[in-house]
Amino acid sequence: MMESSVEEAEKLMAQRTSDTKGTNGVGGTSMFAHREAFAVSEGTFRKILYVAGISVFILFIAIFLSLVVASYPSIKRLGIGFLYGKIWDPVASEFGALPFLVGTLATSFLALAISVVFSVPIAIFLGEYYPEGTAANVVKTVIELLAGIPSVIYGFWGLFFLVPAVRWVEIKLGVAPYGVGILTSSLILAVMIVPYAASLGREVIALAPSDLKEAALSLGATRFEVICKVVLPYARSGIFAGIMLSLGRALGETMAVTMVIGNSNFLPTSIFAPSNTMASVIANEFTEATGALYLSTLVQIGLLLFIVTTIINVIGKIIMSKLSTEA
Amino acid sequence: MKETGIHKRILADRLFKALIVLLACSCILPMFLILFFITKYGIAVIDWNFLTKLPAPVGELGGGIANAIIGTAILIAVASVLAVPLGILAGIYLAEYRKTRFAYLTRLSVEIIMGTPSIVIGIVAYIWVVMPMGSFSALSGGIALAIMMLPVMVMSTEETLKLMPDSMKEASLALGVSYPRTIMKVILPAGFSGILTGTILAIGRIAGETAPLLFTAFGSPFMDTNILKPVNSLPLMVFNYATSPYPEWHALAWGASFVLLAFVLILNLVAKVGMKKWKVRF
Repeated sequence: MMESSVEEAEKLMAQRTSDTKGTNGVGGTSMFAHREAFAVSEGTFRKILYVAGISVFILFIAIFLSLVVASYPSIKRLGIGFLYGKIWDPVASEFGALPFLVGTLATSFLALAISVVFSVPIAIFLGEYYPEGTAANVVKTVIELLAGIPSVIYGFWGLFFLVPAVRWVEIKLGVAPYGVGILTSSLILAVMIVPYAASLGREVIALAPSDLKEAALSLGATRFEVICKVVLPYARSGIFAGIMLSLGRALGETMAVTMVIGNSNFLPTSIFAPSNTMASVIANEFTEATGALYLSTLVQIGLLLFIVTTIINVIGKIIMSKLSTEA
Repeated sequence: MKETGIHKRILADRLFKALIVLLACSCILPMFLILFFITKYGIAVIDWNFLTKLPAPVGELGGGIANAIIGTAILIAVASVLAVPLGILAGIYLAEYRKTRFAYLTRLSVEIIMGTPSIVIGIVAYIWVVMPMGSFSALSGGIALAIMMLPVMVMSTEETLKLMPDSMKEASLALGVSYPRTIMKVILPAGFSGILTGTILAIGRIAGETAPLLFTAFGSPFMDTNILKPVNSLPLMVFNYATSPYPEWHALAWGASFVLLAFVLILNLVAKVGMKKWKVRF
């Protein structure tokens, strides 16, 4: 839409310049048309920019509205009961999303708990102990690589390495050895979200003012005490924001989880049990969904996911932007 | 304070540092394991036939991933054609109108779309394109990927243009060059390398995406260059073949994931070198 208006404007201007040049008897209009390609008036140009900017906002609104409209049949028919219904049986037209809500929350929070054990030390390592040098470069490169690996490859690797490993552990522990399940998904998710929390945490830890740190050191505090009593309290909200943003990622992560969670539509009974998350049930059943209501319920799960991740992301961003204005 | 107190504190300090270093370095383990597995099983199946043949049916040995490579290229091309121009224009808008209320709304939307789960974007592309057209298509997959690419383009353009010194724009305007030409012929060319780096980064982000393609591009075992037909892509192929019960298909999936991983990591590497060289930071 916008591109066409740009083209139109360009054509118009090219025509106009060639016309005027024609009356003056100067040749080489094609070259002139090229040179005058951006001779749109300032007002038009600003309008084009404005339209481009606003169209991003319209895109967001359109995404939200399409999801709402497409899930309306489900919202109308099932109401709030959709959220606490325990049984998901599309054949019998029974749609309760509780198993997926529980599955999503269990995998995400377990993954978050595991990832914090690594992401906060990485943030301290890079932000405080080794801000530069070989050690920092190695860890930074590893983090960037981990962030760059596509999620489907995590899933594939999980399927052939992590699943057998977890199964082995489950046999040792004497629980049903599915291999796939909430624990396996959480482990994969934890690896996937560590980079986000770590890099945000590193930024805020590096922001801690050095005069405060030096003051504490000069009073005889050890490095450990400086980190615990000065740096971490200072960086607390930033680390929290990083964890929020990585939670947003974990909730919506689809492929890796779909491949290792075991796809069971029942309420999970333990962290070793196979389950399904909101994202993975959409991935598994969307193309097979027969009937308008079935499809609509899946879209509604998507809508729910969209709203939750949006809220989490906005809160995380607000905390981060407050930090950067304070610093 | 007593002597023992000091010793304890120093000990705690040392232990803490050792713990931090240990935990920070332990992130190398999963990366090493993933790269090792993909390389070990992937390299074994890759040869010229693998890159140029179509996938073989179940039970037959051999076969390749040519259609997935072409499909990935088509999807990236469609997504880039849609997202790059709009993303650059919206990025200029944000850089030029930093403080206005609409710029705030645009920036918020960019961040929200950036954080939207990819599967949700797949649903949206399904509603917008697949439902009205009545069939899965490369076009719908490209549109889904374009929505994912757009926020990266907007942000990288904005960040690049913010780095341009105001004096450059002022000098151009003072010479009597019109505002549109100043932006398009002075500011944009100066920021070209940064925007290019952003584009590479954005392509790296969408190249490995599977979830938005599951019910848009859908996948197909044939070579098809019609953008109105379903098309295969590397990540889709990895997913479909990895979750199949056939060892021959697993071999194809290992090879495909190696090619995909190499492609994505090279793109990221190029973008990283670009960021360092042109000192842009997104």
